[in-house]
Amino acid sequence: MAIISTKAIKEYKDIIKGRVWVFPDNVDTDVVSPSKYLDNLQATLDHTCETICKEFPSSVKEGDIIVAGRNFGCGSSRETAPAIFQEKGIAAIIAESFARIFYRSSFARALPIIEIEGISKEFENGDKIEINIPNAEITVLKTKKKLMGKKIHPILLNLLKAGGLEKQLLDELKEK
Amino acid sequence: MSGKTIAEKILAAHSLSGTGFKPDDIITAKIDLIMSHFGTGKTVLDFNRIRPPKKRKVFDPNKIVVLFDHYNPAPSERWAAVHDLIRKFIKKQEIKNFYDIREGICHQVLPEKGHIRPGMLIIGGDSHTTTYGAFNAASCGVGNTDLFYGYVKGELWFRIPYTIKFNITGKLQHNIMSKDIIIKIAGDYSAEVATYKSIEFTGKTMEDLTIASRMTISNFALELGAKFAFGVPDEKVVNWIKERTQEPFELVKPDSDAFYEKIYEINVSDLEPQVSCPHTVDNVKPISEVAGTKINQAFLGSCTNGRYEDLEIAANILAGKKIHNDVRMIVTPASQEIWLKAAKSGISEILINAGAIITNPNCGACFGGHGGLLAPGEICISSSNRNFQGRMGSSAAYIYLGSPATVAASALKGELTDPRDF
Repeated sequence: MAIISTKAIKEYKDIIKGRVWVFPDNVDTDVVSPSKYLDNLQATLDHTCETICKEFPSSVKEGDIIVAGRNFGCGSSRETAPAIFQEKGIAAIIAESFARIFYRSSFARALPIIEIEGISKEFENGDKIEINIPNAEITVLKTKKKLMGKKIHPILLNLLKAGGLEKQLLDELKEK
Repeated sequence: MSGKTIAEKILAAHSLSGTGFKPDDIITAKIDLIMSHFGTGKTVLDFNRIRPPKKRKVFDPNKIVVLFDHYNPAPSERWAAVHDLIRKFIKKQEIKNFYDIREGICHQVLPEKGHIRPGMLIIGGDSHTTTYGAFNAASCGVGNTDLFYGYVKGELWFRIPYTIKFNITGKLQHNIMSKDIIIKIAGDYSAEVATYKSIEFTGKTMEDLTIASRMTISNFALELGAKFAFGVPDEKVVNWIKERTQEPFELVKPDSDAFYEKIYEINVSDLEPQVSCPHTVDNVKPISEVAGTKINQAFLGSCTNGRYEDLEIAANILAGKKIHNDVRMIVTPASQEIWLKAAKSGISEILINAGAIITNPNCGACFGGHGGLLAPGEICISSSNRNFQGRMGSSAAYIYLGSPATVAASALKGELTDPRDF
């Protein structure tokens, strides 16, 4: 019950620039947030994704971006999976496809995610990219190459802008 | 204008955004039931952030079911504290449908206790909430924040899914189970064939399956990415539910001209036992290709395959025999009701005499929480639903998924074994 805060939720920006981590297909929630550390935030921070990328937990920096293959976030409904990426400073995730619950929970937590076919073959670790979120457009900064993803539904884009579902609800319940 | 699928009918009946929707539209819909387990702890903390405090009320205490199954009984002081936090919240919110640690695994207990009926729209704080699709309910898992929103508002946003159909025909051979069918589908069509989609499982083979076997399919369908996973809406469902609740309900059947994005025809007459190999559920091989692989642990249990018929088929294979000396066999019935039935019928005795240990109903071994974790290099055959790296303990361990029959036959031989020979 450790990774529960919403403090890691970043203020929404249309444009995000960052350094890329390339992840494979089928990154599952047990790899991101192992069951054995579900009661321990520090252990989850220290071990997240280590089985697919040993240096990720120690080398990931604030503002980094994950670029992944198909079915990203498959498995459990544990929201610690998107949450731990936010705790680690990840600014956005781009993948060829996302598993359904991870997709929902990312928007609920205002973590920008974009689906782009074929994206995982375009990059290497450390490449710098720019994401235009409302246009679902990625620019590779070195080559200026542009890639177009699937546009985010306007209702979900508003959820990102509002800072997520919890903030939206808490604001709604406040007495005017 | 074509007719409607089961998902479209149920979502239309609950929509607060009109019914003129099409797939990929987003609607807000009213929820009939919310299920949550230890994850309710996060919800309690969310409630404490609501200002003013007088607004900290759930939308309807009668439409929420809470129980503990993952860390059950509490294996550490930290989890005991989480349970304690939730118990106090349950009292304060006057939630009556609270089963504490008493009854077992959520996806078995909720149907047993009569909470699930056809046509309901259900969310659960657990991915395998798709299981209730076997009872003709539109039911899916969500994360903690969506769960919190549902707890307060009794409604949530839903994307209208496309529906795909798996039409299953053919007669299953001896000791081939519904688990083999759904693993075969994962292997042939991938772990994301149904991502964001609703599935309708149809066909003569589906009709012939027991409710328990259909639950296995609707449960494992989550591993194909499914949002909803409907079984056959027939008299078997009606009769099963009538024994559990007096509440009225009606089956929801698809229109004959409903639009299906894709229809898959599956014939299972020649199906041999199927196994998901490490470390993805769609890395599937027939048992003949992996038979002989030595195992250290055999796990029979989970929300996928911890039901009475699963224990029974294992007992048929193990009766009067001893499991292999190098194998630990852990049996976890999915609920107290199942465990009691197995105790009364003599199945528990057969399993114990064969050398298996029986645990109380919980999720522990399956999700690597407690009670049956693996050491580096160890290999487990499991009747559960996930073989992800590190799922059951060490990330250097290997998990194979198979049917309860395959688990029992493999425990006996000490290696992955074809159960058709028993």
